[in-house]
Amino acid sequence: MRGVSVIGTGLTKFGEHWSVGFRELITEAAVKSIEDANIEGKEIQAIFGGTMASGSFIGQEHIGALIADQLGMNPIPSIRMEAACASGSVALRSAYFAVASGMYDVVAVGGVEKMTDISTEEAATALGGAGDQEWELFLGATFPALYALLARRHMLEYGTTEEQMASVSVKNHANGVLNPYAQFQKEITIDEVMNSGYIASPLKLLDCSPITDGAASLILCASEKARKYTDLPIEIVGTGQASDTLALSNRANMTELNATKEAAKQAYSQAKVDSSKISLAEVHDCFSIAEILAIEDLGFFSKGQGGKASMDGRTALNSDISINTSGGLKACGHPVGATGIKQVCEVVWQLRNEAGKRQVEGAEYGLTHNVGGSGATAVVNILKRAD
Amino acid sequence: MKRSLPLLWRRINERYNLVGSICQTCNTPYFPSRKICPKCRRKGKLISQKMPNEGKIFTFTQVHAAPAGFEHETPYFMAIIQLKNDVKVLAQLVDSPVEKVKIGANAKMVFRKIYEDNHEGAIAYGYKFKIV
Ligand SMILES: [Zn+2]
Repeated sequence: MRGVSVIGTGLTKFGEHWSVGFRELITEAAVKSIEDANIEGKEIQAIFGGTMASGSFIGQEHIGALIADQLGMNPIPSIRMEAACASGSVALRSAYFAVASGMYDVVAVGGVEKMTDISTEEAATALGGAGDQEWELFLGATFPALYALLARRHMLEYGTTEEQMASVSVKNHANGVLNPYAQFQKEITIDEVMNSGYIASPLKLLDCSPITDGAASLILCASEKARKYTDLPIEIVGTGQASDTLALSNRANMTELNATKEAAKQAYSQAKVDSSKISLAEVHDCFSIAEILAIEDLGFFSKGQGGKASMDGRTALNSDISINTSGGLKACGHPVGATGIKQVCEVVWQLRNEAGKRQVEGAEYGLTHNVGGSGATAVVNILKRAD
Repeated sequence: MKRSLPLLWRRINERYNLVGSICQTCNTPYFPSRKICPKCRRKGKLISQKMPNEGKIFTFTQVHAAPAGFEHETPYFMAIIQLKNDVKVLAQLVDSPVEKVKIGANAKMVFRKIYEDNHEGAIAYGYKFKIV
């Protein structure tokens, strides 16, 4: 296998885009990534797209073909990958394999979701498909309810508090203020989170990521050829993916996501680093408790200490480890299929020193962590400045 | 989401009677039922097994924002019950006073209506749990 690097990034503003559809979103992100990579477009040999539920959100499937068509890139091969909220990341991994194997030198990877063309209730039902339709959703469970079940168990076993969970959202909103792409660029307080009303206790409205439209795109290139296009390629030095039971109740342990731990083990091992080398990480904070689980399962803090670490400010920008400098899913927004690709865009900008006011100082390694469902899929990638 | 009558009918034994399966090779019980034992794989031999209908609350939440079909029931409790054979089952809690809903509380299966489909008039029944 040969090395694979990111040579181009493109992102749309995340938010509620009434005037723009699925096609415009993915086209904007893709064009930006092609310009960023300083290529013409004809160098691209294949397209890998990630989207979760376009059939439910916009009544459209066959997304691979749609993207190639919209980009005027026929007849190159183009496919769509799906792994619920980790759809973008599994598309990225497929693209990585295609380049690492030597099959292609340059490929495009997109992630996109257009979620606001249907009502909030319909969107919640569509997202519910990430869980177990027959043994969770059928019985009245919601997505927040599944994470609430994890939260309550973490509170019992480790004394994690609702205020500690709230501090995750507060920190992510503080980062979102510094990110022009973020859906919310507004600070919030612990009190505001605590008073925001239960969705599924103990999780409140401001513990939950929003419904968002958005797209993200990357251009990947074989590392041995990347310097033809850029002076500062960012190499994907480790990638891992793991699975777990679709339904939460069939797991032995409910204070961790085992798929995260397994995916991280693979990524750290391939990158030949441990968690202490990582300066910043974009982790999957679909709910505040999910960030606490992630920073423990990725090895940044010991099991049970994630809530306290968050409350103590140890995950804030330029602290012990900068977590979710983009604002995370909570403040930057969560267009599900786009999230995994957006995370890589953010880490690439940080490692290139292009992150503006939210720049992490002296970062060499960055990590992305993307979860599908309540943890039935997890992907971890490690990126490095290839100076 | 709309659910067809065959889909409801197919799961009746599991939803009405809490029938799962047990692997005769390693003695591990499963709910819902499985065709393959993850521990024994090809060496496993799975047969039907009724689950115990009592257990303890392992974790719970009170749902305030409900999915379609459940809007009229909010707020309602959902819990993962650890049954007496250690199998965990997700279910709604009913007829349970708020102050008694705690991790570790004893719960027993009851048979209830799960929801009514307004389009086809199909009523789905199945297990829920109550604190005892
Ligand atoms: Zn077995």
